[in-house]
Amino acid sequence: MKDVKVLGPGCKRCVTTAEMVQTEANKLGVPVTIEKVTDYAAIAGYGIASTPGIVIDGKVVHAGGLPKPDDLARWLAA
Amino acid sequence: MSLSSITEHAPSTGPSTAKWIGGTVAALIAWGVVYSQLVPFSEWVVASTNVDPKSHFGEAISFFAYDTPKVLMLLTLVVFGMGVVRSFFSPEKTRALLAGKREGVGNVLAASLGIVTPFCSCSAVPLFIGFVSAGVPLGVTFSFLISAPMVNEVALGLLFGLVGWKVALTYLVFGLAVAIVSGWIIGRLHLEHWLEEWVRNIRSGAVDLPPEDLTVVDRIKAGIDAVKEIVGNVWPWIIAGIAAGAFIHGYVPSDLLATIMGRDTWWSVPAAVLIGIPMYSNAAGIIPVVEALLAKGAALGTVLAFMMAVIALSLPEMIILRKVLSVKLIAVFVGVVGTGILAVGFLFNALFS
Repeated sequence: MKDVKVLGPGCKRCVTTAEMVQTEANKLGVPVTIEKVTDYAAIAGYGIASTPGIVIDGKVVHAGGLPKPDDLARWLAA
Repeated sequence: MSLSSITEHAPSTGPSTAKWIGGTVAALIAWGVVYSQLVPFSEWVVASTNVDPKSHFGEAISFFAYDTPKVLMLLTLVVFGMGVVRSFFSPEKTRALLAGKREGVGNVLAASLGIVTPFCSCSAVPLFIGFVSAGVPLGVTFSFLISAPMVNEVALGLLFGLVGWKVALTYLVFGLAVAIVSGWIIGRLHLEHWLEEWVRNIRSGAVDLPPEDLTVVDRIKAGIDAVKEIVGNVWPWIIAGIAAGAFIHGYVPSDLLATIMGRDTWWSVPAAVLIGIPMYSNAAGIIPVVEALLAKGAALGTVLAFMMAVIALSLPEMIILRKVLSVKLIAVFVGVVGTGILAVGFLFNALFS
């Protein structure tokens, strides 16, 4: 089970990012739990400066803008 | 994953890259051809409405029919170009460049990076905290936060296209100056204790992101995405701005504006700033209005001050920033930036008389 956190204050792109993670995980058959982190203090605690950010199993893999689907696949498969 | 999407996301192999570059060049040529036909197009629109082209209504229609496609096309081109340029930058990279920089040099660098770093006001708060908590000085962070929305590609591209390169360059230089000086002053005032308590307690440091290697095709796609997102969002503002501009163009008597917004009225600059603050528009909506005001005899300094106040000092952004800044600090921010804008307005009206 991969623990995925999507960091973002709730903008449209953050929602889209969470959906993309779910879609890609389903495609790969990787079980995931997706949690949206919307609290500014919590987001800042991860050390990013732009949203949406993606954290997989505690590691920040992406910040700012929508992720590319094949990058997502790579992160989820790792 | 379907076969087509596999080839689409494959690392840049020769033929696919060539196709994308070829397609981009073809699109740019088509852009140029259409753009050169806009004047005949607007004349045709006015002619086909049977309105006297010299009448108020005729002038308003012709302004609208010419400016709407012109502004949208210019905006698309500029946003595409900047989308490609911005794929080389990110807030995290900018932060790494700014962290630990001394004030002065740091303010200049921050204001300049504000032009090219991808920024949207919805992520102003994470960006602010991310900068401050990673050791970027408060004043340097402010230089970035002032420059990023005010001196952006949309403002510069539209000013260049609609009003001319001299005004665009002036706006660039003085916009940067306001951002640099305001940030420097805020830094000298040492107001760190006016940040909200929880912001001061975050000491996260910066995260190391895995490098994202982008190909030429990725960067072209970044440009296209920027067009979809920015042009997709601002077009209603543009139409509204051009409609307001068309009204001014057709109906507002030119001597009226020369009196109210002319050089000789000293109070016109502060009035323009005060009116501009509560108004919320982005560069795309305000520039057609700016063009029409200038054409009707308003003074350049007054119009620039109005434009800077509308874009740089907006109530929605202050409400967002209230989450991290105390009211006192926001007041200082508005006071310092507002004074800078006033200075630009007065300076211009004095210089170009």
